[in-house]
Amino acid sequence: MTSIILVVATRLIFPLMLMFSLFLLLRGHDAPGGGFVGGLMAASAFALFALATSVTRARDALRRSTFRLIGIGLLFAFVSGLPGLFAGSPFLRALWTSTELPVIGKLSSVLLFDTGVLLVVVGVTLTIVFAMAEADEEEEE
Amino acid sequence: MLPILIPFLMAILSIINWGNRVLHRFLALAGSVGLLFAALALLTTVNEQGILSSNIGDWPAPFGIVLVADLPAAIMILMAAIVGLAVLVYATASMDKGRERFGYYPLILLLLMGMCGAFLTGDLFNLYVWFEIMLIASFALLALGGSRAQLEGSVKYFALNLLVSAFMLTGIGLLYGMTGSLNLAALAQTLRAAGPEQPVTTVAIFFMIAFGIKAAMFPLYFWLPASYHTPPVAVSAIFAGLLTKVGVFALIRVFTLLFVQDTAWTHGLLLAGAALTMLSGVLGAMAFDDIRRIFAFHIISQIAYMVLGLALFVPMALAGTIFYMVHHILVIVSLFLVSGLIARAGGSYFKAQLGGLYGTRPLLALLFLVPALSLSGVPPLSGFWAKLTLLRVTLAQELWLVAAIALLVGLLTLFSMVRIWLSAFWGPPGPAAASVTPMRAGERRALYGSTLALVTLTLALSLFAGPAFELAERASEQLLDPAGYIAAVLGEGS
Amino acid sequence: MEVALAIVIGALYAAGLYMMLRRSMVKLIAGLVLLGYASNLLIFVVSRLTRARPPLVPEGAQGIAEPFADPVPQALILTAIVIGFGLQAFALVLVRRAYQAVNNDDLDQVTASDRPDLQQ
Repeated sequence: MTSIILVVATRLIFPLMLMFSLFLLLRGHDAPGGGFVGGLMAASAFALFALATSVTRARDALRRSTFRLIGIGLLFAFVSGLPGLFAGSPFLRALWTSTELPVIGKLSSVLLFDTGVLLVVVGVTLTIVFAMAEADEEEEE
Repeated sequence: MLPILIPFLMAILSIINWGNRVLHRFLALAGSVGLLFAALALLTTVNEQGILSSNIGDWPAPFGIVLVADLPAAIMILMAAIVGLAVLVYATASMDKGRERFGYYPLILLLLMGMCGAFLTGDLFNLYVWFEIMLIASFALLALGGSRAQLEGSVKYFALNLLVSAFMLTGIGLLYGMTGSLNLAALAQTLRAAGPEQPVTTVAIFFMIAFGIKAAMFPLYFWLPASYHTPPVAVSAIFAGLLTKVGVFALIRVFTLLFVQDTAWTHGLLLAGAALTMLSGVLGAMAFDDIRRIFAFHIISQIAYMVLGLALFVPMALAGTIFYMVHHILVIVSLFLVSGLIARAGGSYFKAQLGGLYGTRPLLALLFLVPALSLSGVPPLSGFWAKLTLLRVTLAQELWLVAAIALLVGLLTLFSMVRIWLSAFWGPPGPAAASVTPMRAGERRALYGSTLALVTLTLALSLFAGPAFELAERASEQLLDPAGYIAAVLGEGS
Repeated sequence: MEVALAIVIGALYAAGLYMMLRRSMVKLIAGLVLLGYASNLLIFVVSRLTRARPPLVPEGAQGIAEPFADPVPQALILTAIVIGFGLQAFALVLVRRAYQAVNNDDLDQVTASDRPDLQQ
């Protein structure tokens, strides 16, 4: 059930959605947004891609296995807690750099944590979505 | 802090390398050894310096999330680490490839992490979150591999535990509405100051039901014997040893720190529950042929002794409870591991199919005998000291009926152990013995080695019952004196 | 408003328990889900309903002016919802697998773990 309209629209919307997810991630600290929403947005981009083409192609576009994404995301979050530990304060103590970058604002360990959250959300959501979509495709055959 | 981080890191690395069995094994073993050392370090520090607390993210205590390590928590973490290591070693030789590939090791690591978190947390909602982490890991472990009996066992386990979550969340919600805080130390302060018009006892019952289901107490234990015997031994052993204890630990934590307004009513209820649990558990054990189910019922009746200690609510009894927990974790895990060994050497889990193992496997017979006798409380072994303490307090409080039940249950436990001994180890070889394949040397080393280590620990606990009991007494003093806990979390002068 | 919500919560608890007492596995899960919602809503209500500002510090200000909504229960509910979502997803998969194994939705047929002859 591939529709030409969906395929063409997806080609346009897919990169936009990914950009928007990145935007949500970066503005998340002092405004509504953040890793969780960003992750859902990115995941829905890939889900749309899978709908328009096929799960196999969406998996190829993702390039990593979904499990590995979860793992890497957790590792990011884990690492973001460490600097505080080494600086002598408790785990997950937020550290901020003083330099102000354009767009992103201040760099911080919180951003690293949020990136981790984004990756985990993408990984988990896509694991579920792909598994269900594949079960559907098998039933159709 | 470290006891949570180490298993977490190893689980992360395992997830990144999903499907690589050899690496998973290595990471899991490294993680549990690391956890063991971290737990030892934590116990010595807490023992020397008193209660430690750490504010995650450096948010100050009543607002942020706190981890608190007092003696009871440190002792439990050490036990979790020991059992985790033993079971993982056992699993390397007994787990089948499919389960290994589907993430048995990372799941065990996550389970250990959840437990350490639940022991350490100083925040009620956080306790709920750690419980859920444990739950998800244990659901997956229980359902992994999926034969019909296993799936059905998981459905029962799952339904009951989701109910627990709902109850706990309700209790948490009501408590927050009443006090405006969920930090255990802050709650301990406000609840002690709360007047009789506050529905504290009602909320307490919510928590009692929730943790009571977790700990498999009297009217609500049916899920346990319906599910624990279905997964492989290396899974059910860790469930048997630790999961129910987390429930008991949560009960102890909440009913020593928070809900002490109306002890005559709440702790009286716990007392009645404990007595009934004891009796129904041991009677259930009489009825079954599957060795694992017998042990599962014994978990229930033994859990009751721990709750009994909490219900009596004097320092001596709580010390007995803590000692009992340590003893029971070691004993029940070794019994489950032995049941796996019996099945490996005798070909079946069912008593009727077994026989004559004493002649062919004398070491196995010894490995069964020590924890079995300890479980039923035969004198020189650790179970005797634990039971003796609790009984003395019960008699001192003149609760004759409860004491009689406790004695009777000890006797029935011994009887049920002797029945296993008679049918599995005595007599001619059973009909299932024909299907047994010989063990490889590496397999033998891992299986017997881990079981032997736990049994040796049981013996050590029996020999050094004195010093161990002193530690338990100090732990119980910390439990009954919340001022120290509050000061450690909220700072001096609060 | 509180009264209306309290009635809704009570209804949710009642419906959840009623569903759990049925014999069907799917209804069991649905009941558990309803119970979860009821307790989430309960947390929401006990923290007092206000028609107030969101608990965000505006740009440049040092604090928020009263009245503002209590952020803690919202965080609690959000966490509980996410956890509940994960558990429910798992529950559905589990029930589906169990259904395939038992070939029946009736909980009275779910007895294999009590019958030695059905265990391998």
